[in-house]
Amino acid sequence: MMRRAAWDAEEARSLIAARRDEPGAMLPILHDLLDRYGYIDDEAIPLIAAALNVSKAETLGVVSFYHDFRRRPVEGALMKLCRAESCQAAGCEDLVAHLRDRHGLGVDTHERGPITIETIYCLGHCAVSPTAILDGKHYARLTREKLDALVAQAKGSAQ
Amino acid sequence: MKRIYVPADSTALAMGADEVAEAIAAEARRRGLDIQIVRNGSRGLYWLEPLIEVDSASGRLGYGNVGDVDVASLFDVGFHDGGAHEKSLGLIEEIPYLKNQQRLTFARCGKIDPLSTADFIAEGGLVGWKRALEIGPKATVEEVLASGLRGRGGAGFPTGIKWRTVAGASGDQKYVVCNADEGDSGTFADQMLLEGDPFTLIEGMAIAAFAVGATKGYVYIRSEYPHAYSVFRAAIERARAAGWLGADALGSGVAFDLEARLGAGAYICGEETSLLESLEGKRGQVRPKPPLPALQGLFGKPTVINNLLSFAAAPWILAHGAKAYADFGMGRSRGTQPFQLAGDIARGGLVELALGVTIRQLIEDFGGGTRTGRPIRAVQVGGPLGAYFPEKLLDTELDYEKMAALKGMLGHGGLVVFNDSVDLAAQARFAFEFCAKESCGKCTPCRIGSTRGVETVDKIIAGRNPEANLALVRDLCETMTDGSLCALGGLTPLPVLSALDHFPEDFRNRAVARAAE
Repeated sequence: MMRRAAWDAEEARSLIAARRDEPGAMLPILHDLLDRYGYIDDEAIPLIAAALNVSKAETLGVVSFYHDFRRRPVEGALMKLCRAESCQAAGCEDLVAHLRDRHGLGVDTHERGPITIETIYCLGHCAVSPTAILDGKHYARLTREKLDALVAQAKGSAQ
Repeated sequence: MKRIYVPADSTALAMGADEVAEAIAAEARRRGLDIQIVRNGSRGLYWLEPLIEVDSASGRLGYGNVGDVDVASLFDVGFHDGGAHEKSLGLIEEIPYLKNQQRLTFARCGKIDPLSTADFIAEGGLVGWKRALEIGPKATVEEVLASGLRGRGGAGFPTGIKWRTVAGASGDQKYVVCNADEGDSGTFADQMLLEGDPFTLIEGMAIAAFAVGATKGYVYIRSEYPHAYSVFRAAIERARAAGWLGADALGSGVAFDLEARLGAGAYICGEETSLLESLEGKRGQVRPKPPLPALQGLFGKPTVINNLLSFAAAPWILAHGAKAYADFGMGRSRGTQPFQLAGDIARGGLVELALGVTIRQLIEDFGGGTRTGRPIRAVQVGGPLGAYFPEKLLDTELDYEKMAALKGMLGHGGLVVFNDSVDLAAQARFAFEFCAKESCGKCTPCRIGSTRGVETVDKIIAGRNPEANLALVRDLCETMTDGSLCALGGLTPLPVLSALDHFPEDFRNRAVARAAE
């Protein structure tokens, strides 16, 4: 699993300050925070707003617009399974059913646990669908068996 | 020293290329062999990845679907000297899939070390840019106009006209912006070029910037492509170090610099005005047009915003001349299109060919039909907003006009093959569902209509009042088509209506079918 730093407002303030003068700095700042902490802490909103001289509402509006900027840290391993058309054509929904039936794992349940599995739309490996990411590493031509191995790996790393 | 090429393209990595590279390095060490591993991009023959190559007197030799377990036996047969092995593919450029393509934009991809400026120049890089500098900005715009190049992102707007508009606009600052927010399922050309030949994009954007008088460029790369983002950022650094970017770009006396920016998982940011909003640090909400981005684009300044593939076509056009490019293609669709074969396909990959090739030639002659061996039932052309074509329309030629005439679109050139197990009612439902999830929320038909669409298709699937609900879906599609600002709401009806028109049996008598089961 990917180790992230614990939220640190002082450090965040300096991360924000480092980019505040770039044109259109909002997304680069949010990405820096996401890389560092794995999520966008509530406390970051007023810090960004003050640094960029925009309202807190506008900042929150940007954060909530984009799928990437999660508001809570992920506990354990994070798997993103592609469920867009190419992966559909190559059987990704069978993999979703397999995760549920074999492993008792739901997709997009927002429940906390050793493995979080989310839907993603397209990783660009469509020539060799179905595809997924587990903790930042990409996998193609997934099968039930390969998925079983990834789930085992994720459970192992989460412990 | 023997060179062994192991792609570091992210799809090759997803197929295990890193593990193969490590195994080769370890095995060479064990055997005391002096080898150099070059991490090239992919050739786009993705079904063969990891596809490793070695030099030989007659050209590069390939070994396909190599696993780390194959490495010891490859060394046993002396593959680094071209030894035969069960994974041998022979001369890579003689493989029909590659040989029968017309690689213009992607000519270097997979051949070179993507971050080697020397490799890039040795394989014809910078020739187009230098020619642009020679002939001047005005003639450069005319060259692109005469080539017939049209926007490769989907809209098909003539690139030269866009450039001419920006060139003619007045402004203290102008921008060039590359749309590399390649969100369409079934497409991966942008990713392949960013990772396999990033200097081509830099050259193409530099040509555009020179032509219109822009000094700053942004490349907006989707966050689902972290590897492409890091390779491209490294390429920018190398280009800067080589003097290609900066205050005196390529010794032209003109400034040009580039910055890569990361998206954040919003499909809508592939729409040009939404992308500009996002670059400015805002919610990716669509802007009404006019004003055109060409006149008031990024930060309100005149902006060329093009798809990655449009920019990447420019170096070849400038290097070889507009006529040479326009000699490819048919009708008003000139040049080549990097097509991408995906879904249930035996030989998935990138096929660059002149516009006008048929769907069937691509998915059967190149793609080899389905991977599962089941019959093809539908092919979705042009991404999530493209139409589903039935078997009887597979001989349709892929050009902008032919696609539009059949109520489809070429989009970014992706083809997703579905076998006979596909349920087109479920696909129509998904088109609405995807639109609901990805709508920026600005237009009511897109924001609300997509959700009503999901509900109505659900009723049809459940067999509730199907005729009335089918009529309702068509009515809803009309509202979305006519009442949405951008392509997301406006084109979601394409997959839905194509499913209804070509596969009506998947929508009718669901209740009857269910009762019979």
